Amino acid sequence: MNWLAILAIYRFEMARTKRTIAQSVISPVISTSLYFVVFGAAIGSRIDEVEGIGYGSFIVPGLIMLTVMTQSIANASFGIYFPKFLGTIYELLSAPVSFLEIVIGYVGAAATKSLMIGLIILATAGFFVPLQIAHPVAMLAFLVLTCVSFSLFGFILGIWAGNFEQLQLVPLLVVTPLVFLGGSFYSISMLPPVWQTITLFNPVVYLISGFRWSFFGIGDVGVAVSLGAILAFLTLCMGVVWWIFRTGWRLRS
Amino acid sequence: MAAIISVEGLGKRYAGGVSALEDVCLEIEKGEILALLGPNGAGKTTLISIICGLVTPSAGRVTVGGHDVVTDYREARRLIGLVPQEVALEPFEKVINSVRFSRGVFGRPGDPARIEAVLRQLSLWDKRDAQIMTLSGGMKRRVLIAKALAHDPDILFLDEPTAGVDVELRREMWQMVRELKAAGVTILLTTHYIEEAEAMADRVGVITGGRVLLVEEKNALMRRMGKREMRLELQEPVGELPAALAPYGLECEEDGQVLVYSYDTAAARTGITRLLTDLADTGLVLNDVQTRQSSLEEIFVDLLRENAEA
Ligand SMILES: Nc1ncnc2c1ncn2[C@@H]1O[C@H](COP(=O)(O)OP(=O)(O)OP(=O)(O)O)[C@@H](O)[C@H]1O
Ligand SMILES: [Mg+2]
Repeated sequence: MNWLAILAIYRFEMARTKRTIAQSVISPVISTSLYFVVFGAAIGSRIDEVEGIGYGSFIVPGLIMLTVMTQSIANASFGIYFPKFLGTIYELLSAPVSFLEIVIGYVGAAATKSLMIGLIILATAGFFVPLQIAHPVAMLAFLVLTCVSFSLFGFILGIWAGNFEQLQLVPLLVVTPLVFLGGSFYSISMLPPVWQTITLFNPVVYLISGFRWSFFGIGDVGVAVSLGAILAFLTLCMGVVWWIFRTGWRLRS
Repeated sequence: MAAIISVEGLGKRYAGGVSALEDVCLEIEKGEILALLGPNGAGKTTLISIICGLVTPSAGRVTVGGHDVVTDYREARRLIGLVPQEVALEPFEKVINSVRFSRGVFGRPGDPARIEAVLRQLSLWDKRDAQIMTLSGGMKRRVLIAKALAHDPDILFLDEPTAGVDVELRREMWQMVRELKAAGVTILLTTHYIEEAEAMADRVGVITGGRVLLVEEKNALMRRMGKREMRLELQEPVGELPAALAPYGLECEEDGQVLVYSYDTAAARTGITRLLTDLADTGLVLNDVQTRQSSLEEIFVDLLRENAEA
């Protein structure tokens, strides 16, 4: 392992984050606050409790997941797409680094950033609603796993994308709907039975459910299923990354 | 001397079907400066890209310092610094961070003194904290060179380093390349300025249509291929050449005031003595005589023309 190279990539990417620290931190804080105002105060005043939890508190895990997933994808895809776009990727491709090391550097940096944002949102939420975390270790594990697997997904997206439109297309058309319909703001049990079944095909449901379990000890599906789902997604992404590595797809002509 | 880079039967066909290299064989010796000349699209960048790992070869193999560039890429790439043809830099990054990154990504531990030395060598030290996008084009090119040198490579690839660079900076770069050579660095440069190859290279390679036409020591090439010209300036212009001078293939210039005789330096007989005797017999009076050796540029053009005709 060329650890110095991984460190160089990681540092370089984190420096970019640091330069834009204001955007990186302020925008999720503001948008979270807005969600609390809209969903928590306006809608929450009509929904007292979901499964025995105050609605404001209930949406916290979903909100964190929503932001962490979209941020992971955005950061990682941009992180690797930008050097491709600028042509500076020549340096990475001619350096004595393996593809795995490149992935660790970029995905590590993107996941770190979204983890930070997730924790900031958690802290922000603490100002609005009472919070309880039943299983802190599991909570952190779910959060980290989500950051890593969605950053990996974003990395693949960034390598695949041939232009800026494509870079935004997948998050906009696929990820955002799945996340919004994944039970961020409601419990699956609140849906009509047909929709409950359909929803089970949405992989994001399992992630949010597991994360919510780590807060309140309850979820839409069993926690083992949730864990299995996220590990399956992680494995799938790693498989695709491995394939890209083998073939040099979209990187080496 | 031992070859530090060895290219054997290298071929490259791009996905679109373009055959950029065909059966290229080339040895680059340790410590030499090899200039690769060739027209646009000849395959120079493709060749460099394969050696550096940017492009995967379709056939053949390349070793750098004895390490295969595909199977043993880490060891091979560690030895190489690449200055690409196109300027590609992170616009918002500071110069010094970009150079530090280059050193790090090649697996070398941080070394502020070394980074400073490289930046000073390229007159970039004063600009170290400037954002790259605020630099001029020539400075950006120097940043590229600094990045390539940041990990102390044994081999430096310069892909058209002086394209779009003013005369002064070009001379500075030549000077720097000579210093690097003196320090033992092997250099492969591609260029369209034959003047550049003539000024710096130990050996010259000519590549066209994906094939290497020749690789030869520059001086030997110029001796072998170089034609000499003798310019005979007459006192009175001649309207028509006397028949006695017909066998010499003279060219008339400046309205018959100057006669130009080309001869091969490698030939056993140059024919100068007989020409001068015959000239005296015709009664023409000479004012001045000059000889001139053809430049690498003319050799290059001749080579390509011969190749196109063949
Ligand atoms: N990525 C690519 N995909 C398809 N064809 C390519 C690619 N890169 C280069 N080529 C083609 O391969 C051939 C050789 O190109 P190359 O860039 O190696 O030439 P070059 O000698 O460096 O030319 P120049 O002096 O213009 O830089 C050209 O016909 C070019 O169009
Ligand atoms: Mg080129």
